[in-house]
Amino acid sequence: MSNNNEVKMTAWEKVELARNPKRKTSLDYVEKIFDEFIELHGDRNFKDDKAIVCGLASIDGQSYTVIAEQKGRTTKENIERNFGMPNPESYRKAVRFMKQAEKFNRPIITFVDTKGAYPGIGAEERGQGEAIAKSIFEMARVRVPTVAIVVGEGSSGGALAISVADKIIMLENAIYSILSPEGYSSILWKDSSRSKEAAEKMKLTAEDLYEFKVIDKIIAEPKEVDNFAFEKITEEIKNEIMNTISELKKKGTEKLLEERYSKYRNMGEFIRL
Amino acid sequence: MLVDQIKKRKESAKKNTANIDIPIGKWLKCDGCKEIVYKDDVRSNLNICPNCGHYFRMHIGRRLELIIDEGTYARFDFNIDTTNPLELEDYKKKLNALREKTGLEEAVSAGTGKINGEQVVICVMDSGFLMGSMGIVVGEKITYAIEKAIEMKLPFVMFSVSGGARMQEGIMSLMQMAKTVSALTKLDEAGLLYISVLTDPTYGGVTASFASLGDIIIAEPKAMIGFAGQRVIEQTIGESLPEGFQTAEFLLEHGFIDKIVERRELKDTLSKLIKLNKKEE
Repeated sequence: MSNNNEVKMTAWEKVELARNPKRKTSLDYVEKIFDEFIELHGDRNFKDDKAIVCGLASIDGQSYTVIAEQKGRTTKENIERNFGMPNPESYRKAVRFMKQAEKFNRPIITFVDTKGAYPGIGAEERGQGEAIAKSIFEMARVRVPTVAIVVGEGSSGGALAISVADKIIMLENAIYSILSPEGYSSILWKDSSRSKEAAEKMKLTAEDLYEFKVIDKIIAEPKEVDNFAFEKITEEIKNEIMNTISELKKKGTEKLLEERYSKYRNMGEFIRL
Repeated sequence: MLVDQIKKRKESAKKNTANIDIPIGKWLKCDGCKEIVYKDDVRSNLNICPNCGHYFRMHIGRRLELIIDEGTYARFDFNIDTTNPLELEDYKKKLNALREKTGLEEAVSAGTGKINGEQVVICVMDSGFLMGSMGIVVGEKITYAIEKAIEMKLPFVMFSVSGGARMQEGIMSLMQMAKTVSALTKLDEAGLLYISVLTDPTYGGVTASFASLGDIIIAEPKAMIGFAGQRVIEQTIGESLPEGFQTAEFLLEHGFIDKIVERRELKDTLSKLIKLNKKEE
């Protein structure tokens, strides 16, 4: 699956690629993959938090609910979107769209790209922990097929909140982890400067996660994504979405939910004593 | 980010000799009033400082003693160990040393017992075991307990104290959030009561998963509860945090917990809530 004519990258190199400000963002993929996309706003409670974008989309007449973590493509957009770090209202908006997807029996496609949920005073006042927990809860039980696509940085509970899915697809140079390598080394070794070393230990690459069975599919991408490569990658994601959703739909709701439960139920092998 | 809070506390613990109920001889230094207090006095006062009312953190055994009717706790016969998914060199050694030191198998104990005669499934976490962090074993035991509650049609009571997801087990710790919450969707479907009790401190991936999903959420007074650690927030926003930020009282004011309950009232409050939540047959 990896690109054979390139030297194998270190985990840290992938971290840098996943974070590269020039990397394609969730909306770049959404706009390219779907025939149409209409963004819909707000959590109907407090505000429209722009770090998560929600809306309706379609491919070949099949409608989808889209939930996407969005980093900015310019400084201005980054400020608007809080650098892709959601506040609680983003997760509450996501939950609103999960429930609506269920009502209209629409599959859910999520795009994951965040360095984490925002650590701020307001976020804590408005229940960041509760908002993430509820999002995990609703996504675990939503009665429609779900596919999550990790396109950039998938870091901590802020990423997990919208990636509890029937199938998880990951771009080859995306990362998915418990925390940023800086946070990890700061907690484990009391030294945030050892982030490179942490990245190698954390098993956060697509390959590692495939081995852990946390993700189901890796989509190859070159180190530098030009227009041609982007066409190819989006085409592959599009096909993957269509095929996966059609397979998941065939299962029927009860079997779908049973399999989702059993997948998460079995996360983490242990030794019996 | 979650454990910065704890790091801070660890630092202060070093300065203050002890901030939990691990005895240094017969005396303890209280983290609240900084006075030296007699250990037996603390213990006979529900692990509360007799001088200033500060709540000491508790060993699982002591918590069970205070909440569960004598002789009714039956720990689930479910003994497991982690596979060490990140293959960290010293991790297993560290766990074994902690087991020896604390007498605990892991950071949570799960079983059944009675609260003033009311049968429940109960999980209690322990901050003395890697800051109550959730790795595979903790996630698995809590999930197992929730499934037992469904099977036995019993209320589920969870005492949380945790720095969050356990770094040493990487992504598999993050997945425990999804696992425990998935089990809670089933408990909810089964129409069973879940009471979540938050004790000092409850942070990170535990706050962002099962701890925040109780039908009823109770906290001990002044317990520190949040998602992000305070140092991380301070570094992010570049200013210091307001007085009382992330305390149980702060959460109550902002509508994220149902009630703050004094330690001496906790057992009776739990049994009353369980009785009031019984459905008509």
